[in-house]
Amino acid sequence: MRRIQVKVNGVTYEHEVEPRLLLVHYLREGLNLTGTMVGCNTSNCGACTVLMDGESVKSCTLFAVQADGHEITTVQGLAENGRWHPMQAAFHETHALQCGYCTPGMIMASISMLKENPEPNEDEIREALEGNYCRCTGYENIVKAVQLASQHMDQPTAAS
Amino acid sequence: MIPVAFDYEVADSVDHAIELLGQHGEESKLIAGGHSLIPLMRLRLAAPTVLIDLDRLEDLRYVRDEGDYLSIGALTRHRDVHNNPLVQEHCGILGYTAGLLGDPSVQHRGTLGGTLAHGDPAGDMPSVMCALEGTLVAQGPDGERTIPALEFFKDYFFTDLAEQEVITEVRVPKLGSNTGWSYKKFSRRSQDWAVVGVAAVVEKDNGSISSARIGLTSMGNTPLRASAVEEALSGAGTDQVAEAANSADEGTSPGTDDAASSEFRRHLARVWTRRAVEEALGR
Amino acid sequence: MTQAPERYVGGGVPRKEDPALVTGRANWTDNIKLPGMLHIAFLRSPFAHAKITNLDVSAALEQPGVVAAFTGEDLASEWGEGAQEAEQGPGYTLSTGGGQSNDVEVSETEQPEDASSEETSQDDEAFSFCAWVVTEDMKNPTHWPVARGEVNYTGDAVAVVVATDRYKAQDALEYIEVDYEPMTPAVDVERAMEEGAPLVHEDLGTNECFTWTLATGDIDDAFDKADVVVRERYVQQRLIPNAIEPRATVAAREPGHGGFVVYTSTQIPHIAKSVLSTACGIPEQKVRVVAPDVGGGFGSKLNVYSEEAICLVLARRLGAPIKWVEDRSENYQTTTHGRGQVQHLEMAADSEGRILGLRVRLLADMGAHLQLLTPGIPVLGAFMFPGVYTFGAYDFECKGVFTNLTPTDAYRGAGRPEAAYAIERMMDALAREVGISPVEARRRNFYEPFDEPTDTPAGIQYDSMNMQATLDRVLELADYDSLREEQQRRRDANDPMQLGIGFSTWTEISGLAPSQVNAALGLGGAGWEAASVRILPSGKVEVVTGTSPHGQGHETSWSQIAADVIGVAPDEVEVLHGDTDVSPLGRDTYGSRSLAVGGIAVHLVCERVMDKAKKIAAHMMEASEEDIEFSGGKFSVAGSPDQSTTIQQVAGAAFMAGSLPEGMEPGLNENYVYDPPNFTFPFGAHICVTEVDTETGKVRIRDYFAVDDCGPVINPIIVDGQLHGGLAQGIAQALYEGARFDEDGTLTTSSMVDYMIPGAPELPNFTLDRTVTPSPSNPLGVKGVGEAGTIGAPQAVINSICDALAPMGVHNIDMPALPMRVWQTIQDAKGDADARGGVAQ
Repeated sequence: MRRIQVKVNGVTYEHEVEPRLLLVHYLREGLNLTGTMVGCNTSNCGACTVLMDGESVKSCTLFAVQADGHEITTVQGLAENGRWHPMQAAFHETHALQCGYCTPGMIMASISMLKENPEPNEDEIREALEGNYCRCTGYENIVKAVQLASQHMDQPTAAS
Repeated sequence: MIPVAFDYEVADSVDHAIELLGQHGEESKLIAGGHSLIPLMRLRLAAPTVLIDLDRLEDLRYVRDEGDYLSIGALTRHRDVHNNPLVQEHCGILGYTAGLLGDPSVQHRGTLGGTLAHGDPAGDMPSVMCALEGTLVAQGPDGERTIPALEFFKDYFFTDLAEQEVITEVRVPKLGSNTGWSYKKFSRRSQDWAVVGVAAVVEKDNGSISSARIGLTSMGNTPLRASAVEEALSGAGTDQVAEAANSADEGTSPGTDDAASSEFRRHLARVWTRRAVEEALGR
Repeated sequence: MTQAPERYVGGGVPRKEDPALVTGRANWTDNIKLPGMLHIAFLRSPFAHAKITNLDVSAALEQPGVVAAFTGEDLASEWGEGAQEAEQGPGYTLSTGGGQSNDVEVSETEQPEDASSEETSQDDEAFSFCAWVVTEDMKNPTHWPVARGEVNYTGDAVAVVVATDRYKAQDALEYIEVDYEPMTPAVDVERAMEEGAPLVHEDLGTNECFTWTLATGDIDDAFDKADVVVRERYVQQRLIPNAIEPRATVAAREPGHGGFVVYTSTQIPHIAKSVLSTACGIPEQKVRVVAPDVGGGFGSKLNVYSEEAICLVLARRLGAPIKWVEDRSENYQTTTHGRGQVQHLEMAADSEGRILGLRVRLLADMGAHLQLLTPGIPVLGAFMFPGVYTFGAYDFECKGVFTNLTPTDAYRGAGRPEAAYAIERMMDALAREVGISPVEARRRNFYEPFDEPTDTPAGIQYDSMNMQATLDRVLELADYDSLREEQQRRRDANDPMQLGIGFSTWTEISGLAPSQVNAALGLGGAGWEAASVRILPSGKVEVVTGTSPHGQGHETSWSQIAADVIGVAPDEVEVLHGDTDVSPLGRDTYGSRSLAVGGIAVHLVCERVMDKAKKIAAHMMEASEEDIEFSGGKFSVAGSPDQSTTIQQVAGAAFMAGSLPEGMEPGLNENYVYDPPNFTFPFGAHICVTEVDTETGKVRIRDYFAVDDCGPVINPIIVDGQLHGGLAQGIAQALYEGARFDEDGTLTTSSMVDYMIPGAPELPNFTLDRTVTPSPSNPLGVKGVGEAGTIGAPQAVINSICDALAPMGVHNIDMPALPMRVWQTIQDAKGDADARGGVAQ
């Protein structure tokens, strides 16, 4: 077992964990932050995408011990004072989700993308989301959501 | 799937990593970004008993201009290589290729030294390093040595790195204004490994080619150079590219898998070499 | 009664489902934690076909955190009517585990020596989850949830470990001792039907599961009279459905009474309740099934699986909640696959390209055993091979074939994509043979537009159709003539990047199903759907539906339907579903049935409750019921515009019941069970424009135009979303995906690394439009749309690639058209042309 300290969604946690505990399981089962999901075991699908120190990472391909001392943001840490992040609002407005299972990972990857490239074109958006699979939407509305969000990144949106 | 249990050690310096490697021996594995190793561990295809984490060695993340060449800390992440202005200005092929590895989330974790140490012949960086004729710096119990990329990749997932050695730095030449480059990756999906990749670094001289260095991905057990093409292009006119590219698969031994037969890989290497050299000439 | 003006139906109301999903507050099955919950993991067979000669779980029991471990023999007493309730007590102890003797020599017939088990072993009984008996003599082999003696496909469960967490359960699997005696597997449907092929189930004496036939008209006469006969062989590769949420189940005793609750990631909680009750020998009223938020299904969760039953019987046996979460490797091996057909087609036509008859011979891959609907999938498809064309004679035969591979079952489209692909590829072949354009070949065989039920060559009745309108519109949308010009320019310039234009004019059978049709086809019946409505005292509305959405947006669409009838806003309607305690009557979500059956039930139950509301309103206003008008949530009296009462006031009065018409029951609560009189038949015309790199074989979809007709649309953003996703999966079949097995029956596309799910860079934007031809089958005129894109797309893509490569002599290419296959096809065509001593044109 190993002692780790991780700041998740603004809250600092300290736990003893087995070195092999995957970050996604630490979040889901250790911290009950079940907004982050597991979809594959090969780093392909991106359902488990979270931000580590502000950059997208796949939490199924990280051990919790590797996150020691780092800051993690999950989809459950995006809203501020009950107001949605513009990316969350954009996914809703453009019907960029159906079953919603890939959505948290997709939203986190999209936020990370816009941080690096605030005004991506369609091809850049599609390439930047290559590591996040969606089986429901065919991606077109997800691309539209990112385009819409890119125009509103500085404005927290009212919860609806 | 869940990995087999292991012990976890954090290296707080390169010397410490070397010491830990000596202490734990063959059963131990170095981990940096972990994006090659952790999926294998999850499928229980790899089961090291000790992981030695290099990822805290922040002083191995840098890009420096050394005059003729750039030196890049081994733990520099792919995404940082991709976005680095020095890399973009002086060695565009390296930055471009770093942006092709896996996907952005993978690039946020994976490191330049890590992908080279992995020695995967389907990896894009090894053939780019071979085309660039870059150098790796490794540190071991007996000190530091430099290894030319062309001598580093020994066999399938097997490199020149000794058991207790750690890659600390990667050096790549600064490409001049007469040097064109291209990395053409052929994959079934954007996220996939290269079925075939061709790295071209071409020295131009008044409308003709003075020399060309062509690296091949996934055409054998190690990254390869298309030396027959390079010879044919030396001093050649741009109208001779297509013919020269036809020998791109000479001396290669590509495998057959679900994505491509050996024959298809040979064919792709020829087409892709032509297109890569043509792109390099235009860049 | 006067209809309220439609205010919400037809509008792009943003989804109610989204807030929980975009904020991470959804309730997936894997989120569920219950006190004392244990986790299970399965040891699975590495062989496609083998006898288990030795199996010993005792070392696994010694591992940390392991509570119990079971073989198939240990669980033999748990199945079927004879299963007995374990004695109530502490349930389990950590020291003794669940089975004391686990060293079972299965090759000998001795009983397990488990002293605690008094039940007789049920060796002689059959066990199967299959509910679709397509022929009287169909063979339905027993498949035990955990293998007993023999494994029949790679991934078949061999033993199950119960532990305190999932890491420990998985670790313990490595301590199970097992010896196999490998047998030769049957891994290919065609070879499995050959004389002397290895038998998947030796006791059956054959690999043939059934032969199902359908014939209309005089097929021999059609071929005798034909000027042109077109013969083709097509392969429908196996597909892995890939819901992004893997399956997961939690089963537990319901606190407070003797029953059980099963939380499971399923499309069919109601059907699962019946099937699990029978399979596990638990009275139906003692089983509650809950489908929490479900992360995609696509047919793969239209099933009842061994793992669900095992969680339930272990919750019974051990007295503790049991959780199982599938990992992706298991999902690929054991969750049902889709498609898997070899198709032989023969078409007879006259010299003008008018079809005279169609003969279809299918071999359909069942896999190792039958899951819920396995044999019925190709039978459902049988009705759709004639497509959108009318002709005189049809002769269909399908043989179901067992192989030592993962069982097949429904995957988005389920039988209809196979049919639509075959007929639409044949139409291009016919056009080529007759020397007319693909557009003309289609037009010459379309039905004249109709809006009343019309007979088809397959002996069913299509509800309504206007193919001409969809085709005209898609040609216009695509600017077809300019595309052909561009294609010619590229051909003339010998451009390595050739342009292809591919058509699909398709229909499908959706809205499953009239109960008597289900019964006639061997599926028992019960194709209806139920709905309830409760208008609460405040005038707010609860709608209970028997459909079980997992991404389709029923909460939103059903709210729109109810809101229009009841005269409230959609936000005032709560749609309840997915829990057999909350929604006791239902037939769930599959087969593009939810709107055309379940949505209609919602509409009708709302009308029914409003009939009663109107009576109450008339009573309240002391007016005659005939004079009551209803609009905008208000009842008024004809001719007295200032006299009115609101639906909220009526709801309050109905609940308080202080003054109701003589003899009227209090409250505004109604139920409706709607059995559809016919299926619905959506249709459409698609054009796929591809760029094919003739040097590398890589195909890029430049544009995809789709004009679809699913009748009137309840919510256009949801319908477009369904089309996008459906098209994406259809394109995925055509260009990327295919499950492949080696000669040993091992899945080689065993993870998302090797199985080519397309990502965002691999797919195009879609250009959509629609025509509206209402269905006469239901009061809203609606048709299903969930599977439309998947059914329409693959043939448009493949026809497009073949069109691009036609000058090289390429006429057929199997799916998926990945680069090597396209390149190889070009090389083969070149080789043929060289062999003929000329350039193919």
